[in-house]
Amino acid sequence: MLGRLSLSAIPLDVPILVGTFIGVVIVGVAVLGLITYYGKWGYLWKEWFTSVDHKRLAVMYIILALVALFRGFADAIMMRTQLALAYAGNPGYLPPHHYDQIFSAHGTIMIFFLAMAFMTGLFNFIVPLQIGARDVAFPFLNNLSFWMTAVAFILVNVSLFIGEFSQCGWLAYPPLSENQFSPGVGVDYYIWAVQISGVGTLLTGVNFFVTIVKMRAPGMTWMKMPVFTWTAFCASILIMVAFPVLTVAVGLLGMDRYFGMHFFTNDGGGNQMMYLNLIWAWGHPEVYILVIPAFGVFSEVVPAFSGKPLFGYSTMVYATCSIMVLSFLVWVHHFFTMGAGPDVNAFFGIATMIISIPTGVKLFNWLFTMYKGRIQFHACMYWAVGFMITFTIGGMTGVMLAIPGADFVLHNSLFLIAHFHNTIIGGVYFGYICGMNFWFPKVMGFKLDETWGKRAFWFWFVGFYCAFVPLYIVGFEGMTRRLNHYDNPAWHPWLLVAEVGAVLVMLGIACQLTQLYVSIRDRNLPQNRDVTGDPWNGRTLEWSTSSPPPVYNFAIVPHVHELDTFMHDKENGIDTRQAGAQYEAIHMPKNTSLGLACAVFALIFGFAAVWYIWWLAAVGLVGVIGTVIARSADKDIDYYIPAEEVARIENEHTRKLMAQAAE
Amino acid sequence: MKNKLLARVARLGGLSSALLLAGCELDVLDPKGPVGEGVKTLIATSTVAMLIVVIPTILLTLLFAWQYRQSNTSAEYLPKWCHSNKIEVTIWGVPSLIILFLAVITYQTCHSLDPYKPLEAEANTKPLHVEVVALDWKWLFIYPEQGIATVNQLAIPVNTPIDFNITSDSVMNSFFIPRLGSMIYAMAGMQTQLHLLASEPGDYLGESANYSGRGFSDMKFHTLAVSGDEFNAWVEKVKSSSEQLDSQTYPKLAAPSEANPVEYFAHVEPGMFNTIVAKYNNGMVMDKSTGKMIQVQQSAMSDMNMKE
Repeated sequence: MLGRLSLSAIPLDVPILVGTFIGVVIVGVAVLGLITYYGKWGYLWKEWFTSVDHKRLAVMYIILALVALFRGFADAIMMRTQLALAYAGNPGYLPPHHYDQIFSAHGTIMIFFLAMAFMTGLFNFIVPLQIGARDVAFPFLNNLSFWMTAVAFILVNVSLFIGEFSQCGWLAYPPLSENQFSPGVGVDYYIWAVQISGVGTLLTGVNFFVTIVKMRAPGMTWMKMPVFTWTAFCASILIMVAFPVLTVAVGLLGMDRYFGMHFFTNDGGGNQMMYLNLIWAWGHPEVYILVIPAFGVFSEVVPAFSGKPLFGYSTMVYATCSIMVLSFLVWVHHFFTMGAGPDVNAFFGIATMIISIPTGVKLFNWLFTMYKGRIQFHACMYWAVGFMITFTIGGMTGVMLAIPGADFVLHNSLFLIAHFHNTIIGGVYFGYICGMNFWFPKVMGFKLDETWGKRAFWFWFVGFYCAFVPLYIVGFEGMTRRLNHYDNPAWHPWLLVAEVGAVLVMLGIACQLTQLYVSIRDRNLPQNRDVTGDPWNGRTLEWSTSSPPPVYNFAIVPHVHELDTFMHDKENGIDTRQAGAQYEAIHMPKNTSLGLACAVFALIFGFAAVWYIWWLAAVGLVGVIGTVIARSADKDIDYYIPAEEVARIENEHTRKLMAQAAE
Repeated sequence: MKNKLLARVARLGGLSSALLLAGCELDVLDPKGPVGEGVKTLIATSTVAMLIVVIPTILLTLLFAWQYRQSNTSAEYLPKWCHSNKIEVTIWGVPSLIILFLAVITYQTCHSLDPYKPLEAEANTKPLHVEVVALDWKWLFIYPEQGIATVNQLAIPVNTPIDFNITSDSVMNSFFIPRLGSMIYAMAGMQTQLHLLASEPGDYLGESANYSGRGFSDMKFHTLAVSGDEFNAWVEKVKSSSEQLDSQTYPKLAAPSEANPVEYFAHVEPGMFNTIVAKYNNGMVMDKSTGKMIQVQQSAMSDMNMKE
């Protein structure tokens, strides 16, 4: 009846997990209690959970990402603490069984649920507004994508308390991840979490691709499209091409595990290297999926705070597109050490290095955007300048790893770990947080506190170097990744320094939470409110609407005249909003609960499949298919906002703008 | 000409990295053999070449950020300026030239440092063959010419090229001796090759560089680089052991164990390595010398207690 699930699956013997569980229960009960006490369930359901509004979904994505950051960082600091302790005979406090789950979960969560969710959140908020659209192309799929990602994250966290998570690293290399070597449920949790969130991501890619191709405002030709939208476009293409490869690779692994097939097993004709090729054919584009939108954020932030247009817009576009194409030609650099011939290795090594050329060009473009500007050192600029310095170093160590001869001693060492954290923290994370500081007033109608934002930056920046420069060094000392304990006295002091770095990063996260708290507390102070909708003298269309924007974004679809069209309009006295024009009724999509329902069935299916509870898996699968059919048959999916209502909202905003101008 | 320049750049790089990291025990940058030396030169050369772009970029970032800060109203402000062909040519050109340079040395070193390429030896030194099997969670070293085998201890004579043939009888591992240079994966059913040489005697750490499960952290071995005479004495010592490695005793050894102590086997059944590879390939194994697939004796196969 319950498959492999029994009471023994609950890890009552691991005090850390029991403590965590109690903590989660207390916080969970408190949150649910508060929602009930204030009677907010109806509001949450109607305005958020069932919403198909891209702006609401964006906020939910970013909240999910921040929760994932919390979980992923807890894993990170536990690992660093283990390695600071587990030296010279001291086993540390995490036995391998637990430690191996933690590093596997850390990578999985940070990539799939922090970075991807944050990125999708930014796409959702910014892209439709930047291209002058009223929503994305497929609002229902957008809601479904979010819930698929959210339930996949729930599935990963369920593994904390019921059963175990994968102990095979974040990419679950076979044959270690095959039944023969990992008979437990851990890898199955991994497989279903990745598959379910993969559906969400793939739909997001399709959604934004179509949105950008079909829904740009009149006059917005390709070369008048804002750079962030360009980067979202390239990332969407990468998602559409790369994620099916992930689905297939992990799907074949699942067939090995569930049906006894032999795609990647040692025997029966399997070949583990097929998996490595497939997973990295996804994995390398994946890191560009994450970092290209971060480049897009900087391309918006640096001009805004330098008081100048972006230097070399068309170069930036070509550089982005060439990175997109090249990212598919480099996957073998993740396993030069498998023993491919020198010519194969040379090809992939050189292809990898070539990517550094357009990437370098981007850095110089931001640099020359600052040149002869008037740089306003808002917290956003701190993240941007910190990124430019950090990412340059990360790029350099990346090229070192791209040289096969050098990779033969650095592969899988902590040097590699330092390198990719250098690009993922220094590039992706700094970029997304920079974007969050930049667009927060647009989302919420008030600014994020700058003092706490700068404090957060300094802790993150110093903490990053303190945590990862030592890892570069121990990498040169021959320390490999994923060690649970060690006895080399040369490594120990550096790992203590890295632990201090992790604590500094923790303070950085604390500052970010404080920043959110302080900003929400002081949201009504006049200097924090964003009445105009254009707090930074912005250049692109998203700054032309109110903050937060009305549900329909633009009462009159704007006409695009130039690149940086809003700046052009402001300079030429054109009212982008066309306030007071003849408003018309606006066609909008209706909220629906079917996205959430479909995702809950997917969660049930995933959980049941992990535990071999086949009748429940059938229920889940039928539920997923049933909701899709129900949605397809549903004709009641849209409504009109009457012209009078549009006029009322717009006039209200105009009145506020006038009042502000009069002050 | 180019090689001279290369050497000079490398020396400079070596010096600067030595200055930067003085006091650290950097195994990879303080190699004890020619392969490691080659890798070190490569790392130093490439680092110096990249620093030509990296240092100016970082300095310009800081300089521009400071020079064009809002409060510095004396700095020139060009609110419309956003294009310059000269700058575009430079920012595409200079990095392209550096990458061209790196691409050339990448191609060269892919061949010169190819782990499959036998090392040149001094006259009348014969290479030593060692067969390496990654097990859960220990390393088995078979010396086919000496007819002995050891676990978690690898002795090699100095200044003698070592030809490693590597496989796994479990999950994937990576065979790595940081002081000597390159690593290579160990994969079940497949053979990889690695050629290393120790030019100085010493006891060097060997490890797996690819996570392989629960016992991975203790999957370490000692590499004893010793003189020819000491090596012969070591072989005799191994031969005096009472243990034998054959199809009867192998399954016990291959069973998972953690932090396995050093073990010596005075005698090893001939063809053991091929049998281990072949059991994942329907009894076939590629003969290293001819490159042809050959059939391993069936009797040896059936005794090996095939893992399913």
